[in-house]
Amino acid sequence: MTPRQTPSVPAAQEDPGKLAEFEARIARGETIEPKDWMPERYRKQLIRMMSQHAHSEVVGMLPEGNWITRAPSLRRKMVLLAKVQDEAGHGLYIYCGTETLGVDRSELVDQLLAGKAKYSSIFNYPTLSWADIGTIGWLVDGAAIVNQTMLAKASYGPYARAMIRICKEENFHKRQGYELIATLSRGTPAQKAMAQDSLNRWWWPSLMMFGPSDKDSPNSAELMKWGVKRKSNDDLRQRFINLTVPQAQAVGLTIPDPDLHYDEASGDWIPGPINWDEFHQVLAGNGPCNRQRMEARRRAHEEGAWVRAAAAAYAAKQQGRRGAAAA
Amino acid sequence: MADESTDPGQWPLWEVFTQPGDGKPHEHAGSVHAPDAELALQNARDVYTRRGEAVSLWVVPSAAITASSPSDAGPFFEPGNDTPYRHPQFYKVPRGVKVF
Amino acid sequence: MADASLFEYLQRLGDDRLVLGHRLSEWCGHGPILEEDIALANISLDFIGQANLLLGLAGTVEGKGRDADALAYLRDPVDFRNVPLVEQPNGDYAATMTRSFLFDAFDYLLTRDLQDSGHPELAGIAAKAHKEATYHLRHSSEWLVRFGDGTEESHRRAQDALDELWRWTGGLFLADEVDQALHARGLAPDLAALEPEWKGMVSELIGRATLTLPPVQPITARGYRRGDHTEHLGHLLAEMQILPRSHPGAEW
Repeated sequence: MTPRQTPSVPAAQEDPGKLAEFEARIARGETIEPKDWMPERYRKQLIRMMSQHAHSEVVGMLPEGNWITRAPSLRRKMVLLAKVQDEAGHGLYIYCGTETLGVDRSELVDQLLAGKAKYSSIFNYPTLSWADIGTIGWLVDGAAIVNQTMLAKASYGPYARAMIRICKEENFHKRQGYELIATLSRGTPAQKAMAQDSLNRWWWPSLMMFGPSDKDSPNSAELMKWGVKRKSNDDLRQRFINLTVPQAQAVGLTIPDPDLHYDEASGDWIPGPINWDEFHQVLAGNGPCNRQRMEARRRAHEEGAWVRAAAAAYAAKQQGRRGAAAA
Repeated sequence: MADESTDPGQWPLWEVFTQPGDGKPHEHAGSVHAPDAELALQNARDVYTRRGEAVSLWVVPSAAITASSPSDAGPFFEPGNDTPYRHPQFYKVPRGVKVF
Repeated sequence: MADASLFEYLQRLGDDRLVLGHRLSEWCGHGPILEEDIALANISLDFIGQANLLLGLAGTVEGKGRDADALAYLRDPVDFRNVPLVEQPNGDYAATMTRSFLFDAFDYLLTRDLQDSGHPELAGIAAKAHKEATYHLRHSSEWLVRFGDGTEESHRRAQDALDELWRWTGGLFLADEVDQALHARGLAPDLAALEPEWKGMVSELIGRATLTLPPVQPITARGYRRGDHTEHLGHLLAEMQILPRSHPGAEW
C-alpha cells in the first residue's frame, strides 16, 4: 500500500477516543504523517490550505513571468527566470505533498480552473512596471516568508518538509527584490519615480495578504488548534510592517499611508485602516487580473492536453512493446 | 480514490530519491508526475537537483512502494526485550583485549 | 580592432543562444505541465548564461568598452549574428521541441569540438556548454519521439513543425571566411565537416519518431550570419530591449 491517506467515508462523527489521542499528539508537538489516523476535518482543512498554497505559487508565476522578456539586463533576466522557476518548483512540492492526503493533482487543478479553488489574491494585481518585479520580491515574498517560517513547524509532515525546502529558496527571492528596488531608488529620477509608484500600488495589497483580523477569519481558530497555523493573522501582519517600514526608509521611499506612526510603548509601527472591501472584491473575482490569470492557466492546461496525451500514449505503446518482446 | 478528472493524458506519480554525496545514502526528496521512467528521471533532475544537491537520482513508481503501517510501529520496529544477545553488552571480552 | 574575426564569431555563438534562450523563456507559466515549465526554464537559463559569457568575451575582444548587456540590448536587428532558425516563433509545443532538437543536435556537435579551441576562455565556455547541450539534446529528442510516436494529433503537429522549420537548417553549417580563418588558427572547429554527422543524428531520431524528413532543400544562398534575418527578430528585440533603450545610461 503506497504511503498516503485513503479518503475515508464522510465521517458524521469521529471516534472520540481517536480524536482525543490525535489532539494529544498535536499538543505534544508530534508530526502527523500520511498514514496516521487523522480526523476527516483535519484532512479536509489541510487539503484546502495546501492546495491553495500550491495554486498561489503557480498563478504567482504569471505576474512576474510578464516581465521576463523585458528584463533590462542579462543578469536580471536570469535571476527573474530562476525565481519564477523556483515558484513552479514550490507549487510542485506542495501539490505532491497534498497528494499524500488522498487527492489527485489533476483534481486540484480542475478545481482551480473551474473557479472553485482559492489562491492568494495578491496575484490578481497587474505588474505595470519593471519596479513591480522588485516590489513583489521585497513585499510579497517578504510577507510570504513571515507566513512560511511559521508553517515550517506545521503539524503535518509532508507540508512541514516542503516548507523547509521552500524557505531555503525564498530568502534569495526577497533579497534580490529589495536589491532591485534599492538600485532603482538610487538611479535616475525616472527610475526612482518608478520605484515609488510601485510601492504606492503594492503596499496595501501586501498587508491584505495576511488575511482579515482573526476575529473575522472563519478558519483560523481550528487551524491553530491543530497546529497547522501557529500565529494569528494580526501578529504576522504587524511583524511584517515592523520589518518593512525601516527597509523603505533606508532606500528613501515613502510608505503610502498618512496615518502610519511609530508607537514607543509597543515598538510597533501602527498602520492606518485597511480597506477590506477591496480585499473581498478581489477575493470574489473582481480584482484587476482575476479573469486574465485564470484564462492564462486554462489556456495552458487545455493546449497542453494533447502533449500530455501524447506522452501517455507513447508510454503505453512502449509497455506493450516490452511485453511483446518478453513473450 | 475519486478521480473526477477527464484528462486522458494523466501521468502517474513517482517518488524521487536523491543521493547528496558519494558514500551517503539516498534520501526521499519528494515526488513528480511523469508518463514513463525516462521523463520521470528528467523531471526529478529538474525539480530536485537544481541547486546541485545530488550525485545520484532514483525514481520509483509510487504504486511500487510498500510501506509499513503506523499501527505496526511498536512490535514491528522494536526488538523484543527477551533477546539480549543482540546487544553488544552480552559479549564479555577479557580486560585489556582490544576487539576493534 | 584587435581581432575582427573572433569578435564576429563570438557574436554568432552568443546571439544564437541569447535568441533561443529568450524564445524558450516565453513559455514560462504557460507550459503544458508544471514539470515542463521547470525544464524549459532550466534550458533557457543555460542558454542565457552561455550568451552572457560569450557576448562578454566578444566585448572584451572588441576592445571598445562594450559589455554583454551593451551588445545584447543596444545592437539593432541587422547587427545580430544568430541563425534564423532560433528566431522562429515558438508555435505549439511540437514546434518548440522540433526547433530545439534541430538546434540541440548542432549545438552538441559544435560545442564538443569547440572544447578543443586554442583560445582557453572559449574552450572553457564550450566545455560547460557541451555538458548543457548533452542534456538539452536528450530532452528535445525524447519529446520529439513521443510526439512522432504518440497520438495521431501529436504526430501531425510534429510533422507540420518539421516541414516548416527544416528550411531554416541550411545556414547552420555554412562556413564563410570567418569560420575558415578561425579554424585555420585552431580557434574554431571545421563547421562544414560537422554536417554529415548532424544529418545522421537527425535522420536516426526522425526515424525513431516515425516522422519523415521534408523534401524541401534548406536555403543556403542567403547571408545568414551577416544580419539577414526574418521579420521575427525585430519584434523579439523590440520587446527584449525596450527598457535600456527607454532609459539611456540607466543602471539596472
